[in-house]
Amino acid sequence: MRTPLYEQHLALGAKVVDFAGWDMPVQFEGIREEHSAVRRHAGMFDVSHMGQVEVEGPGALAFLQRVLSNDVSKVAIGGAQYSVLCNEEGGVIDDLFAYRLGGDRYLVVTNAANHEADLAWLGRQSREFDVLVRDVADRYAMLAVQGPHARDVVTRALGIQLPPRFHVFHVQIGRRPALACGTGYTGEDGVELLLDPEVATPIWAELLDAGVVPCGLGARDTLRLEVCYPLHGNELTPERNPIEAGLGWCCKEATGFIGSEAVAGARAEGTAEKLVAFKIEGQGIPREGNPVMMRGKGDEQVGEVTSGTFSPSLEIGAGMAYVRSELAEVGTEVEIDVRGKRRPARIASKPLYAKRS
Amino acid sequence: MAPASSEGTYPEDLRYHEEHDWARIEGDQATFGITWYAQDSLGEVVFYDPPEVGATIQKDSSYAEVESVKAVSDVIAPLSGEVLEINEALVDAPEKVNEDPYGDGWLVKVRLTHPEESEALLGVEEYRKLLDS
Repeated sequence: MRTPLYEQHLALGAKVVDFAGWDMPVQFEGIREEHSAVRRHAGMFDVSHMGQVEVEGPGALAFLQRVLSNDVSKVAIGGAQYSVLCNEEGGVIDDLFAYRLGGDRYLVVTNAANHEADLAWLGRQSREFDVLVRDVADRYAMLAVQGPHARDVVTRALGIQLPPRFHVFHVQIGRRPALACGTGYTGEDGVELLLDPEVATPIWAELLDAGVVPCGLGARDTLRLEVCYPLHGNELTPERNPIEAGLGWCCKEATGFIGSEAVAGARAEGTAEKLVAFKIEGQGIPREGNPVMMRGKGDEQVGEVTSGTFSPSLEIGAGMAYVRSELAEVGTEVEIDVRGKRRPARIASKPLYAKRS
Repeated sequence: MAPASSEGTYPEDLRYHEEHDWARIEGDQATFGITWYAQDSLGEVVFYDPPEVGATIQKDSSYAEVESVKAVSDVIAPLSGEVLEINEALVDAPEKVNEDPYGDGWLVKVRLTHPEESEALLGVEEYRKLLDS
């Protein structure tokens, strides 16, 4: 599948890769330059591969309270909230933002790889509720504009008022109804724009002219990893509960969501493993799947890397891993087995990168 | 995507291996590196893991690793030999592999143990044909 901006990516010389069935740009000029543009100025990502599901009807709140882990009743009209979608065992089907567009109307943004599964799950669970669950992914192109100058540039280039962080505004973009959301996946300030696919190309061009740097999925991954945002399929899976993933803060078991009993159990009893951040000390770049070993204690594997990269901001190898809970303490010395070479590493506090203030 | 070979440069005086490596042969010694196409496919090189000086390397086998932000790539030896020297400058400045793949971005110098193997390598025209196919 291709997003409405596919031709624009080719025109800019992007390297295109398959991502969850979509032909997506992984990089334009280079991951490090794009990463740095987002940390220092403003970059934009075509995230039109992400899915959108509209939930509407008198039972919308009760339904979302049942399927989402967070307390959805706390979201005012125009608000946004992060949640996980759990199965009965408390495993994570997806992680997502829910935006309240009106009294009984919400929009849920899904990960591309999970969109169909989420839709099927939401459809099945919605039967007991007075609610309509609609796949509206075709209605939107999605642009994430991120970086310290992102809001200024978008406001000037598109002439729209932008919402505060974790809010959503109904706006006009390219003279069509659109949504501006105060959310993102980079650890920087910025917005995500949900716009009519027919105006995606001219809007992309206007933002380019305004100096926003086009960025690919490569930089999106290094940016999110530096601030320790989990990625579904890596840190989050249906076999892992949100407690071990460090997402207990977005789980409100008192709401009785599907999986809440298992999540409450994991919270009370603790989990055998925990998701940690780590930095390599010295050389080596960790990658997904690398074993985590005890330092200096032979060949005992104590964990596994879920995401690893060269961190452009820190200029070292860094990543996230599940390790035995007793080794999850910040400062714990471990080794990462990077293709047979044992690289010393240390458990680090999250996020790995924080803005100097 | 535009074909990479149309933008890349491929010096006439080098011999090429189909795994996108080059060899500059001088008597019984040679310098190895990766081609413009290889560095462009990989992206910005952020780490070079060289072999030890004195190590024996085997034609068609991996002798080093280069990594970009996104991926790691084995570097395949175009010829067999013994490592005489590694490019120490790449430890601090691995991006030279991208900036100057045939010059400052060289990877190792070797003493060839089977110089006759070079007959199996490609000339520049053959290598370009491989890229275009």
